[in-house]
Amino acid sequence: MTPILHIENLSKRFQTHQAVDSISISIPRGSFFGLVGPSGCGKTTTLRLIAGFEEPDSGTMALEGKTINHLKPFERNVSTVFQSYALFPHLTVQANVEFGLRRKGMTDVARRTREVLELVHLTGKESRYPAQLSGGEKQRVALARSLVTEPAVLLLDEPLSALDPNLREQVRVELKALQRRVGTTFLFITHDREEALSMSDSLAVMNHGKIEQFGSPQEIYLKPRTKFVAAFLGAVNWIGGIGVRPEAMKIATTGLPATVLQTVFLGDCIHVIARSAAGEEILARLSRFEDVPAAGAQVHFTWSPADELRCEA
Amino acid sequence: MRRTALAPAVVVTLLLFLAPMAVIVAYSFLSRGAYGGVEPPWTLENYTRFWDPLYGAILLRTFWMAAVSTALCLLLGFPLALFISRAGERRTLYLHLVMLPFWTSFLIRTYAWMFLLRDTGLINTVLMGLHLIKEPLPLLYNPTAVVVGLVYGYLPFMVLPLYASLEKLDKSLLEAALDLGARPLDVLFRVTIPLCMPGIRAGSVLVFIPCLGAYLTPDLLGGGKSIMIGNLVQNQFTTARDWPFGAAVSLALMALVMVFMLVLLRRDNEEFP
Repeated sequence: MTPILHIENLSKRFQTHQAVDSISISIPRGSFFGLVGPSGCGKTTTLRLIAGFEEPDSGTMALEGKTINHLKPFERNVSTVFQSYALFPHLTVQANVEFGLRRKGMTDVARRTREVLELVHLTGKESRYPAQLSGGEKQRVALARSLVTEPAVLLLDEPLSALDPNLREQVRVELKALQRRVGTTFLFITHDREEALSMSDSLAVMNHGKIEQFGSPQEIYLKPRTKFVAAFLGAVNWIGGIGVRPEAMKIATTGLPATVLQTVFLGDCIHVIARSAAGEEILARLSRFEDVPAAGAQVHFTWSPADELRCEA
Repeated sequence: MRRTALAPAVVVTLLLFLAPMAVIVAYSFLSRGAYGGVEPPWTLENYTRFWDPLYGAILLRTFWMAAVSTALCLLLGFPLALFISRAGERRTLYLHLVMLPFWTSFLIRTYAWMFLLRDTGLINTVLMGLHLIKEPLPLLYNPTAVVVGLVYGYLPFMVLPLYASLEKLDKSLLEAALDLGARPLDVLFRVTIPLCMPGIRAGSVLVFIPCLGAYLTPDLLGGGKSIMIGNLVQNQFTTARDWPFGAAVSLALMALVMVFMLVLLRRDNEEFP
């Protein structure tokens, strides 16, 4: 099946800064695709290039098999959920949602608006203004406003970053469920590894304007191609150039000798911080049901060879 | 302590603002002196004289000229403010250019307009020199010249508040509108202008109210033929030597301005939440 969005050798430079450096991505139809990387890695520029707010220097973007490079933002069948939501403050919820429907000349405005507001559980708030809504409600209006125009791809710019931290985990689940229900392809960008891993069907890790790795969350977490990817998606112990995740570390009678420096009780698990004979700092994440060594104890760490991360540079 | 610190301000306000005001109010209820000034007895006649259709016509003309000038300032000022707000690093330069005329006296700038518009002025001389016209065009001493002068004089008061509200407009709202299928003109009328209403209102007040009270521009560019309410006040205190009526007219003008301010300020509070 052809990908719904295919990007090839896309580049964008701002003065001296190569924001996007010849990236290629294929996004499968109906998937929840994550583009993750540290701030300044070029993910926001990539999203803006797809939306049409920036013009690429070179490369092509094809939506449903047709090149969209030359199309203006209002001619592209994609829609953006902005990080700040960008709801029109002078319009009610109803008018915000109807905005795109009317601009695109779609029929059945009233029915579509009613249905999408029902979908995001905002029935009854039609006549509110954005300033009268909570953060979570604003986000759902932004989602509804975009989804109602039936875009081929919905672009989400850091969809959870403006939300209260306590709300994020819940919204993560809701967003994923919503995507499954509507079946629209979602492309979201985030700098948060947990969001990237938990929401994406497949994800691409970006760094310095390039895609470092592309794959499923499991592949990327368990088989990172580069040290950057390995470290970006979670803590890693580098032992003689080989990476081992803290949760793969076991304490045994034989293995890598180390001295425990400190133990940290985190409730659901315990972090043991130790130093190996070679001077490498080691972090082990133990279940609280295991025997936890005290600070100053001499221990041995082992791990399964299957848990070793072998990365380039 | 706080009260002591406020004392100078209270004294200044009382002496320089309220006291002259009280004098004007008192004058407006007195009778006209033979050679200017005021005399007893107390009377309401200065106010009942407003019902003379002559003054009604002047009032209407004043409102009409102020309204046309404000509308033209808005029409010219909005694109200019939009341009400046999008000019990037040159914004400061352009803003200074907008304010540059304030460095010269308004009187001198109005005389400069007379030099441009009069029969032997620059525009007519050039047009006649090019043989485009045989007779000089009647550019000066008519209501159009007054409106030109008012628009010229008060345009910066429109541009600056418009610029301020365009400047703080969240750019992502414009992108969101484009993203939802709005063409640039749609974005302008459905997002930019509605969100700039506070600036549009502020600019309109700042232009309309001084236009209502203008007297120098209609006097010099209108040639006394299209007098506005400000000229009426001026005339009462000078040639007509009717101070009580002049005081009554200026109070009536002030009352009108206050009514307008109240209406416009109330609208400001009704802004979307």
